[in-house]
Amino acid sequence: MDALLLNSNQYGRLLEAASFTMQVLGYSFALGIVLSLVFGVARLSEHRVIRGAALAYTEFARGISSIVLLFIMAYAVPILMGIPQANLTLLASIALGLNMGGYGAEIIRGAILSVPRGQTEASIALNLRNSQRLRHVVLPQALRVILPPMGNLTIEILKGTALVSLIGLDDLTGVTQRLITSGRAIGGDTSQSVWYLNLLVIYFVLSQGVNFLFKAGESRVDSQYARRTHDIVAPVPENLEGAK
Amino acid sequence: MSATTAEAEMVDHRSPWRRPATWIAIGVALVVLVGLYLLGTRDVDFGTEVAPDPALKWDWAFVVSLLPDMLNALSITAFCTVYGFVVAVILGFFLAVGRRANAAWIRWPVTGFIEFIRSTPLLVQLFFLFFGLSAATGFNFSSNQALILGLGVHYATYCSEAYRAGINSVPDGQWEAATAMNLRPATTWWRVIIPQAIPNALPALGNYLVAGFKDAPLGFAINVTGLMFFATTIRAREFRPIEPFLLIGVGFLIVSLPAAWLIRRLERRISYERI
Repeated sequence: MDALLLNSNQYGRLLEAASFTMQVLGYSFALGIVLSLVFGVARLSEHRVIRGAALAYTEFARGISSIVLLFIMAYAVPILMGIPQANLTLLASIALGLNMGGYGAEIIRGAILSVPRGQTEASIALNLRNSQRLRHVVLPQALRVILPPMGNLTIEILKGTALVSLIGLDDLTGVTQRLITSGRAIGGDTSQSVWYLNLLVIYFVLSQGVNFLFKAGESRVDSQYARRTHDIVAPVPENLEGAK
Repeated sequence: MSATTAEAEMVDHRSPWRRPATWIAIGVALVVLVGLYLLGTRDVDFGTEVAPDPALKWDWAFVVSLLPDMLNALSITAFCTVYGFVVAVILGFFLAVGRRANAAWIRWPVTGFIEFIRSTPLLVQLFFLFFGLSAATGFNFSSNQALILGLGVHYATYCSEAYRAGINSVPDGQWEAATAMNLRPATTWWRVIIPQAIPNALPALGNYLVAGFKDAPLGFAINVTGLMFFATTIRAREFRPIEPFLLIGVGFLIVSLPAAWLIRRLERRISYERI
């Protein structure tokens, strides 16, 4: 173990792979956030059937292991559905997105519950429709509570993308393993520990990037929230706030 | 720790070491640990004869014939999970204390270590432990050891956050009182802080046990003959992916859903007792 760095050619290959990893993360995040919103709101529905279905989904998505879900998606689902040449990237992203949706729905449910009930009552008094209430009153306020755990969840999904190498996709982990095998075949002298250390550091940098984006979003939302509440809303006396 | 008067009369003033419940719990834990050790260190080869019916898309007889080998695989996964969690719970506590240390030369490396491990994939950490470390140092872990250590270190960083939250929830007055009574730091931790911090951390720790169980099948990437290894073996041998994968998927739900439910009950009970 003489040098801890790889050469520029190797870093170039890893950079390409990193863009694929981010692509998988993007797809999974897009699906996950939609599922989180839909099922997080559905968990609070007035209809028992909708509530029950949403509960079943979140329990399923959180109870099953993400790697098992990934393998079911990649190997069992194409056969069950009769698609011989399924797009593995898409299936993997669906599996990760389904997994994220279960955790995200709980985050969104909790955040909606954290918005004071007076806000809902006020919007009912203002004759807002349910969708308007959610869109303009509840979710903007819930966003402050949603963002920090959602950032952590996104990092968990970024970590989860390493699993797609196990079904043969060329993400960061998959490419690293391939480079290790081919490097050994041509007598390369980079040891495995150096490869994996570098890989870990790349993942660390990526997740710090995600973290930074979410932190930036948080401070933006916070400053907007502070400005608006300062301009519009008179401070609510504490004793009224507590009386439900 | 306020309790109503009726409950206060029932408070057990004996030292924990003199309560039968403590010894029963320790005994149960030992039996589970030894049992899992005996089950989990066997060699399992999934050699049971199974014969899927190629005409059927879903063959129940095939599923039933898979069950014995699946239970063998489950014992290995459970063994690695539980022992990994033991590592995590112990190491996590020291990480939590290290992160609170006054000395910066302890606090900063511990914080950096926690952040690094938490934001990198367990899979790559396992590869590093199993392939990288042996190539670099000549020291070889077995598959099970690498998985237990990998899971343990990974979840130790999560557990340390749970402990940290638990320790932070102990009111400042308790620390001040301990100082006022001139207790040594070790006594303060052992007799004042830990008894109040651990119950608060328990539900989060339980959640991490379940999460660790869900991450344990990753071990198949480093040849741990657990549930995932079982499913991929059957898939490769019988060319039937549907039954084995759905079977272990259901298996995970059967274990993790009741576990999560129990933890929620525990959480509610603890928060109820704190009011």
